[in-house]
Amino acid sequence: MQAGIVLFPGTNRERDMALALQRATGRRPAMLWHRDTALPAGTDLVVLPGGFSYGDYLRCGAMAAQSPIMRAIRAFADRGGHVLGVCNGFQMLTEAGLLPGALLRNATLRFLSMDCHLRVERADTPYTGRFQRGQVFRATMAHGDGNYFADDATLDRLEGEGLVALRYATPAGEATPEANRNGSARNIAGILSPNLRVLGLMPHPENQVDPQIDGTDGLPLFESLAEALAAA
Amino acid sequence: MKVLVTVMPKAGVLDPQGKAIGHALAGLGFEGLGEVRAGKVIELELAETDPARARAAAEAMARKLLANTVIESFRVEVA
Repeated sequence: MQAGIVLFPGTNRERDMALALQRATGRRPAMLWHRDTALPAGTDLVVLPGGFSYGDYLRCGAMAAQSPIMRAIRAFADRGGHVLGVCNGFQMLTEAGLLPGALLRNATLRFLSMDCHLRVERADTPYTGRFQRGQVFRATMAHGDGNYFADDATLDRLEGEGLVALRYATPAGEATPEANRNGSARNIAGILSPNLRVLGLMPHPENQVDPQIDGTDGLPLFESLAEALAAA
Repeated sequence: MKVLVTVMPKAGVLDPQGKAIGHALAGLGFEGLGEVRAGKVIELELAETDPARARAAAEAMARKLLANTVIESFRVEVA
């Protein structure tokens, strides 16, 4: 699997993401620059990592969504390429129209920096193959604008087509209001594109990929990708 | 030509910032306060001198970048 991680001014989670991908695939991902107009030949995964691109000016991810590399990423996604957006990367994907909805200010108005639990809604996707359906794993959230919003018709379509990948839940797997700290519609933490190849999520699975640093709860997501893309 | 683009959260979209401002105003003793909504104003200086064309240009900018129409509505005023 050849992954590329895109760097924008203000991106700050690219190294953790690179470590997670390297651990799962044994290959070092390429670092791509936001002004690049093409992806390296052979790229089969593009990752938009977390951070505060362009200082979150105007809206989180709004500036990054207009950067030159996004045109190449949109074409790559249209050709069936895999794109993973985490935190600020999820915000970019919605701003670029690659995923529906938007991320609003957290309902509490507070920046949330804490662990959360995510329930895997389906295990037959390139990102979740190593999980079981209904399995709960721990991840870390660190965002001010993670409150997923879409109109009811869009939410119903996402649910109906099985495109909700992850929901905020209790450790026992119940999607309660208390587990939904940022106020997201229907406890949604991550959504997929209709072809299941674009995933956006707010929490950081790359935080938990090393047994010596906070465990490996997030590692199966990257191993799933490595497996899916090795088979492709 | 100066054009103002006002961007507001759409009706029905949660506006926690507006709510917090409302609570703070009530805490200061201001009475009779209904809903408070917070948005932003973007001031554009355009070379265009025809008001209709300036408005059309600003609307295109708002749709493309200044507002996210999933969650925000906008209003253009030619000053």
